[in-house]
Amino acid sequence: MRLPTLLLAPAIATILIFMALPIAITTLYSVLTPAQYGGVIWQPSAEAYIRLLFERDIFDDTLAFNPDYLQILWRSVLQAGIATLLCLIIGLPTAWFIATRPPGQKSLWLMLVTVPYWVNLLVRTIALLLILRDEGPVNLALQSVGLTDAPLPLAYNNFAIGLGLVSSFLPFMILPLYAAIERFDFSLLEAAYDLHANRRKAFFSVVLPILRPGLIAGGLLVFIPGIGSYLAPDILGGGKTLMLGNLIGMQFQGSRNWPFGAALSTILMAVTLVALFIVARRAAREAA
Amino acid sequence: MALFDTRARDIRNLPGFGLTATLAVAFLYAPILFLTLYSFNAGRSISRLDGLSLRWYRAVFANEEIGRAALNSVLLAMIAASLATVMATAAALAMVRIRMRRKAGAYAVLNFPLMVPEIVTAIATLIFFSTVGLGLGFPALVIAHTTFCIPFAYLPIAARLTSMDPGLEAAAADLYARPWTRFRLITLPLLSPGVVSGWLLAFIVSLDDFIISSMLSGPGSTTLPVHIYSMLRLGITPEVNAVSSLMVAASTLVVIASGLIGRRQS
Repeated sequence: MRLPTLLLAPAIATILIFMALPIAITTLYSVLTPAQYGGVIWQPSAEAYIRLLFERDIFDDTLAFNPDYLQILWRSVLQAGIATLLCLIIGLPTAWFIATRPPGQKSLWLMLVTVPYWVNLLVRTIALLLILRDEGPVNLALQSVGLTDAPLPLAYNNFAIGLGLVSSFLPFMILPLYAAIERFDFSLLEAAYDLHANRRKAFFSVVLPILRPGLIAGGLLVFIPGIGSYLAPDILGGGKTLMLGNLIGMQFQGSRNWPFGAALSTILMAVTLVALFIVARRAAREAA
Repeated sequence: MALFDTRARDIRNLPGFGLTATLAVAFLYAPILFLTLYSFNAGRSISRLDGLSLRWYRAVFANEEIGRAALNSVLLAMIAASLATVMATAAALAMVRIRMRRKAGAYAVLNFPLMVPEIVTAIATLIFFSTVGLGLGFPALVIAHTTFCIPFAYLPIAARLTSMDPGLEAAAADLYARPWTRFRLITLPLLSPGVVSGWLLAFIVSLDDFIISSMLSGPGSTTLPVHIYSMLRLGITPEVNAVSSLMVAASTLVVIASGLIGRRQS
């Protein structure tokens, strides 16, 4: 073998064998028959995908439409979508502010934004629950000021999950946006003003198109882990509202229906790959 | 005279942006700071401070299960980070220093673990190990963690390599240094900040993982996050706060070290 091949082989082989191959096997599992206590029987079956849409009657085997799983899927997309939008609304001004600071302040701000990302996600989620609880500091402060009499239900609902997703993934939005704004040539703005553009016009016709790759990268980095998120719905939702990640996890813990879990995971992977493919193709077209 | 008032037209300083940035940072830090403060509570409550003490830290250090889980986590993170760093360094040398075909494909594979949602990695690895008949437990954890750590180790190493002057290596070659000598005496010492920085990031990413470890760990190989999660069944206790604060301290120190080392000499 040639030297570059030898150097690359261990990393590439590890990823292909222990990540790509397992995902391929998972896809295969999604069309097999579930065994009773987890695992599969090697017999082809479309049951996992049928189950996603229909409920099979245990007596006469007829299929009835069941929107429960579709609703969980839709809720996951919606929650992740709202979190992405919120991250964008908070992240764009933040990234803009950081990128326009003098060099010394800039690295301090960048460090402030980066460090929380590396703090254990489970710990961050517990910390958020701690302040959102009925007896938490937010509710205590609201009551002592007299804004509310009873604690507001901040924890164990969709609001808490959304807040959890935003705090989990906000750095993912800020960093690519920062990188895009950092590269932005501010003399283009001078040119826009010289051509009598006002601030709004300059922002929408000059700044935004140039920032688009950063916006798309940030959006994907929030949206993709958001749909499959496990800890935020589990801990902040109090197990009442499921998202796709929890539904997948459950099939390998209590419910023990591996093919159904594999089918859900295959759908999540497919959504991810389609999103990445669209972005990659658009990037390639813009580069050409 | 709006036409000549450059401040009004300068969108470098937009009103409210500084406030948003400050609030965003506050939103990221407030919960963590609150949790840390309450880990020093002298009382049993997690909503009322009854004075400060190290009581709950003593409880954490006296707890053997937490100790074992922490040891598992650190050992796992060290092994996985080391394996991932060695492979990532080799891959980065090939990708950055050697001209070759199909670089885009190799790049896509190296970054693949970053694209896959964690829950998918978790259950796919579980299915894989049960299909090939390898049991769950520590070896399975090492393999899974090494795999998803590779891109995190790769990025700082490749970045460092790209910013290094290839002229030094060329000069060594002109002085008849053999490839291995050249690598040992020139490339590796210059690359070392990137390698250390990559190792530290891989270490944290491994330490951070919950979902994959919770699917793959057997009875004796529980990691610290998996153990903390199981402690939550009794609700959030001051002990949970204390052990969580220790994890916050550990990751913060490692990230800052990684950042400082990565920036040094560059």
